Amino acid sequence: MQSITKALLSRPEISALVMLIVVVVGFSLYAPQFMTYANMRVLLFALPELGIVVLGVGILMIAGEFDLSVGSVFALSPLIMVLAAGRWGFDPYLAIVIGLGVAVLVGYLNGWITLKFNIPSFVTTLGMLFMARSAAVVLSGGFPPPFPSDFPTDLFVDDLGLFRTTMIWFAGFAVILGVMLHFSNLGNWIYATGGQPQAASDMGINTRRVKMLCFMLCSFLAGFAGMVTTLRLRSALPSLGEGVELQAIAAAVIGGTALTGGIGSMIGFIVGTTLIRVIDNGLVMSRIDANWFKFAIGALTILAVILNTWVRRRARAMK
Amino acid sequence: MAEILHEHAQSEQEFVKPTANALVRCEGLEKWYGSVQALTGVDFHAEPGEIVGLVGDNGAGKSTLIKILSGAEQQTKGKIFFDGKEVKLTSPKKAMALGIETIYQYTAMVPAMSIARNMFIGREPLTGLKIGGIGIMDQKSMVAHATKSMTNIDLTRRSPNTTVEELSGGQRQAVAIARAMYFKSKLLILDEPTNHLSVKETNKVLDYVVSLKEQGIGSIFISHNLHHIYPIADRIVAMARGAKIMDVRKEDTSVDDMTEMIV
Repeated sequence: MQSITKALLSRPEISALVMLIVVVVGFSLYAPQFMTYANMRVLLFALPELGIVVLGVGILMIAGEFDLSVGSVFALSPLIMVLAAGRWGFDPYLAIVIGLGVAVLVGYLNGWITLKFNIPSFVTTLGMLFMARSAAVVLSGGFPPPFPSDFPTDLFVDDLGLFRTTMIWFAGFAVILGVMLHFSNLGNWIYATGGQPQAASDMGINTRRVKMLCFMLCSFLAGFAGMVTTLRLRSALPSLGEGVELQAIAAAVIGGTALTGGIGSMIGFIVGTTLIRVIDNGLVMSRIDANWFKFAIGALTILAVILNTWVRRRARAMK
Repeated sequence: MAEILHEHAQSEQEFVKPTANALVRCEGLEKWYGSVQALTGVDFHAEPGEIVGLVGDNGAGKSTLIKILSGAEQQTKGKIFFDGKEVKLTSPKKAMALGIETIYQYTAMVPAMSIARNMFIGREPLTGLKIGGIGIMDQKSMVAHATKSMTNIDLTRRSPNTTVEELSGGQRQAVAIARAMYFKSKLLILDEPTNHLSVKETNKVLDYVVSLKEQGIGSIFISHNLHHIYPIADRIVAMARGAKIMDVRKEDTSVDDMTEMIV
């Protein structure tokens, strides 16, 4: 019995899961419109767009690095797709490949600069946050470019009733990356690289390559999430995704991901994202001033880390 | 200072010579860091199943020698032979593939990961399909082998799913040694493995090293503490200023002799 309790407490996402249940029950009781089909639809439409970003940010955090530039890539990558298809005359699918390629390139640069000059990725990606955003604004001229009508919107954002195709993409990424993280040897290397880089490289792991891969994956997913958001809005806004980087980090941290690297889980990313989306939606449904949203996320982030630290210590104390 | 050292040191002719089937043999190792010479042409060897104690003050060149043997760094000049063949130890992975395992004083373990996962970092057994070396780990076999290895080191009351951060310093060293045993290493390099350990745990680690010898695994045991090395070593090598100043069989020396020589 005690070993089950301990195994449960050792899970990084456990406190987030408990909080999610409390919040869902609370909103259901307080706001009658919360647990309705129409509202679940709203909730599930918005969830994967943040969720896809969180997957990348979270995995990179497990590998021991940060990416603050995801919000800017969220805007830059789809903007280039729209420009490529609408203004430069590329085939829409090719335009998508180019846009995602730019996202991967940004990730590559983030990783290369961080590792080459041995500086904190916090700094590299903070710089990239400004540079990529600036590039998006300059390229667009400050206004959304005309949206080409032949974009394959159905493939990515088709309305399926309770959710959009975006949810299927999110689920697909979550399953593939979840298996990668928790069941593959690559996942083991990611945890080792973030948990104790010296040990990982002494055991023969190429930690630079592992980090590089995570940087590029993170940026790719940010570009992908920006793309589906843009396809839903049918407009490439140069200001899209402002603040997404902090929400994504908050979601990962609430889901039990450690800022120091080496700790985190796929379920944690999903629960953290869901918690943020539920609070955003629930506040509106409860007719509470929506400006409290950021307050709630901030408080929750702090609470989650305090709780996780405490729970981990308790679990360790149990034999 | 140098004169004093040389006065006490053996002459090169008195050094113990390697046999024909030495496990590892280095000839004339030199290492330069920019304009600083860390090793000045060192000959070193270890026989199969032999415990070699490596002693010397900070900056004597012990760590440099060990880093070269574990593949973490490469020599500027000189040759290394393993099992009679000349080898280039260009990475830790290469050294490990030959059977040279290094145990560091900080223990090369990831605290937040389980014992089973730690044992197989970088050498995970895979099931079925793999693409470019990436595949699904055989976690069942990892746990099974970790359990077996833990029995070998008397760590039976812990689950292999326990995270390493829950283990004491000595238990972590024990797991690192178990890992080396599991991967059938031929030469174990222990870099100050008893630092920060209690007396009881130190004795345990020393016992493991002796039991490795019984399995025919050679060890190079680095320590500041002659009292840790002396009881278990077959041979003692002392270094100072990037050179070997002594290489004697244990029976030909005593702790007092050595203390006088290297301190």
